[in-house]
Amino acid sequence: MTTASVTHPQGVAALFRTCRVTGYQVFTPVQKLIVFQAVAAVLSLATGGTLALLMALTRWEAVGLLPPELYYRFTSAHGTVMLVFWIVFFEVAALLFGGTILINHRLKGVAVAWTYTWMMATGAVLTTVMALSGHANNMFTAYPPLVNHPLWYVGILLFAVGALMACCHFVVQLWTARKEGVVAGPFSLVVYALLAAAIIAIWTLLHGALAYIPALLQSLGLITLDPAIYRTLFWGFGHGAQQINLAAMVACWYALAALTTGARPVNEGLSRLAFVLYLIGINMGSMHHLLVDPGIGMHARIINTSYFMYAALLGSLIHAFSVPAAVETAQRARGHVKGLYGWLVAGPWREPGFSSLMISLIGFGFIAGVSGVLMGTMQLNMIIHNTLFVVGHFHATVVLGTTMAFMGLSYYVIPLVMKRDLALLGMARITPYVYGAGLLTLIAGMMLAGKNGVSRRSWDATYSAGYLQVDTLSTPIITFANTLIGIGALVAVTGGIMYVLIMVGTVFFGRPSETPNVGRLGVVASPAGPVSDVTIPEFDHAATRAQAPGTTVAVFVFLGYFVLMFAWAFFNLSRVGWGIG
Amino acid sequence: MSSLTAPHARYLSGTSRDERLWLLFAVAWCLVLFFAMYVWQAIGNQKTPIESYRIEPAEFRALTQDYIAAYRIGDVQGIPLVTPTEDGEAFLAARAFAFEPVLQLKKGESVRIYLSSYDFQHGLSIQPLNVNFQVLPGYLYVVNLTPTETGEFGLICNEYCGLGHHTMTGRIVVVD
Ligand code: HEM
Ligand SMILES: [Cu+2]
Ligand SMILES: [Cu+2]
Repeated sequence: MTTASVTHPQGVAALFRTCRVTGYQVFTPVQKLIVFQAVAAVLSLATGGTLALLMALTRWEAVGLLPPELYYRFTSAHGTVMLVFWIVFFEVAALLFGGTILINHRLKGVAVAWTYTWMMATGAVLTTVMALSGHANNMFTAYPPLVNHPLWYVGILLFAVGALMACCHFVVQLWTARKEGVVAGPFSLVVYALLAAAIIAIWTLLHGALAYIPALLQSLGLITLDPAIYRTLFWGFGHGAQQINLAAMVACWYALAALTTGARPVNEGLSRLAFVLYLIGINMGSMHHLLVDPGIGMHARIINTSYFMYAALLGSLIHAFSVPAAVETAQRARGHVKGLYGWLVAGPWREPGFSSLMISLIGFGFIAGVSGVLMGTMQLNMIIHNTLFVVGHFHATVVLGTTMAFMGLSYYVIPLVMKRDLALLGMARITPYVYGAGLLTLIAGMMLAGKNGVSRRSWDATYSAGYLQVDTLSTPIITFANTLIGIGALVAVTGGIMYVLIMVGTVFFGRPSETPNVGRLGVVASPAGPVSDVTIPEFDHAATRAQAPGTTVAVFVFLGYFVLMFAWAFFNLSRVGWGIG
Repeated sequence: MSSLTAPHARYLSGTSRDERLWLLFAVAWCLVLFFAMYVWQAIGNQKTPIESYRIEPAEFRALTQDYIAAYRIGDVQGIPLVTPTEDGEAFLAARAFAFEPVLQLKKGESVRIYLSSYDFQHGLSIQPLNVNFQVLPGYLYVVNLTPTETGEFGLICNEYCGLGHHTMTGRIVVVD
């Protein structure tokens, strides 16, 4: 075991403090950077959430809030502000955190970090202003020949270059830590996961430049883009970005499992292999978005959409075992050994980190992951493409999964980095449930609507202003689905507001403390970082008894459900009746 | 030790029995998912259309207008009602903000639909079947359809194509 008896260079040592809760050596100049990025993230989330509420209340016919132009304007802005700004600001905060505090390292190039931080902030503000002022109503995808205002692209590009610099900076940090002997052995699993995310991010952001620079030129009237080529380039970026979110989310899962239950990976090697599998799929998956497009051959579609035989899915299936198994073994070591699931029942459900982890894990697996694989199956895509089902799917991935996990981690990182108590701890205990319940309702509504033919990105689910009427879109079930969307949004946005209040409260009004109160932890401080406060036995690789029986049963139940859903989806496809080909 | 601290220098320690079992099933399932697409494409009744060509929007427009003029049998609320050609071919055009023409197909008879756009990207969504295709200007997508029931089927555009997007509709009529 590597003990971090780190000796920092002369003059730098004074800039470190030791975190009394985790034991990490915290390079103090990085604190402000992390908090800046996190606050920018939370502000983006608040902006996007406000828009989300207005949009959902428009989709709910009984309210019908916005006129069409504003609906499209806000949908465009919501997509950008949430998927790009909230997520990436948070990820960069996590990279700054992982590249310094998690490895007891100093930040080399603080000025560089501030430079890209300001680039990102400026880009985000510029793009958001352009979007909200009605200069970018054509969605964040802005498929040619439609274009957004040139300055919208300038903002996105500025932001993306900043983010790219941040990712490279993280890689350099790990490299110098290794070279200077700050980290002698392997990196911790969480840092390894962040490295996977950063590598995917570098690749993806370069792809983004390939799409957005020509798009900027087109918006200036200098070139004309081919729609199919643009879509291919764009989704090389857009889908790759989702792989970053996936890797970053799983990094949060392992971190949250460790913080709240003291869990340690049951199999370091296998978990790492799973991240390597994400890297193998790095350039794939992008054709999920092009499965019913003209211009692509069959083998290209099938191989790309499946990440070449589902390499990335295999990675996720490994985590689907490893994360709960880690929690299970930790909980059993704590004496919660009753039955198959006594350990789960006895989990620290009042700790926001644990409830966030579990909601994110279960929601991602059962809803987001399975629906994603179904939609990404070439033929099945025909019965969901561009329907609201897709929107339901990605609110399960990137909101119920990633956003929930990010929120979960921030309940710890922000107080510890700022040395302040988590504000409104009582409210934080219920926030994940409120947000999760709202999202589940929202997602159910979206999926139900989409399955019944409701289009995404549409102001009117019934197309009643169309020249020819489409009666089958005015049914009670669609009205019901739209109502679920409205009610789900109200509840989810309430949860979102609670989260924003907690974060803003902590940053500006949290009680200063050397040992910030973040609720009950499953770890204690050590020079190497937080370690479990109980002794967790290693997996006995020779044993013939199940080492994590509850998890083993659960993953097979999950697989059974997955198989059923797959069969059901093909049954639905066959029920279309018409021959298609 | 935890996920947040460095592991032993040697962490490749092999796998336990439950992990091996799970990995075996996981790999098998990944392979099933992968080959299912090839199998369905070979024997399924609803295959993903693959055949497509490049075509200039202006040329597509001209071909569609010629086709409409030659095979028009009537009107539906002022929009031409058109049957497929003798060879079972038809053109379906998307434009801001309507699909044209209204196609009249025969139940049980296969038709080869040439799908493209005059202007922006659109989405062809056939309701209530909920079958969906992307429509790109500059590309001709060949979609073979064999209707199995008679009636009127609504078309809506489900790719954002401008402020009139939610008014973009069309129709396919299937007769005996
Ligand atoms: C309170 C939470 C949220 C609610 C109620 C909500 C609601 C909605 C609604 C109603 C739409 C428009 C559907 C359409 O007409 O196509 C939408 C689109 C979208 N949302 Fe959310 N959302 C929420 C949170 C988020 C978050 C946190 C993210 C990202 C991390 C996100 C990412 C997106 C994206 C990318 C789109 C697609 C925009 C487009 O079609 O271009 N949403 N959301
Ligand atoms: Cu359209
Ligand atoms: Cu449209």
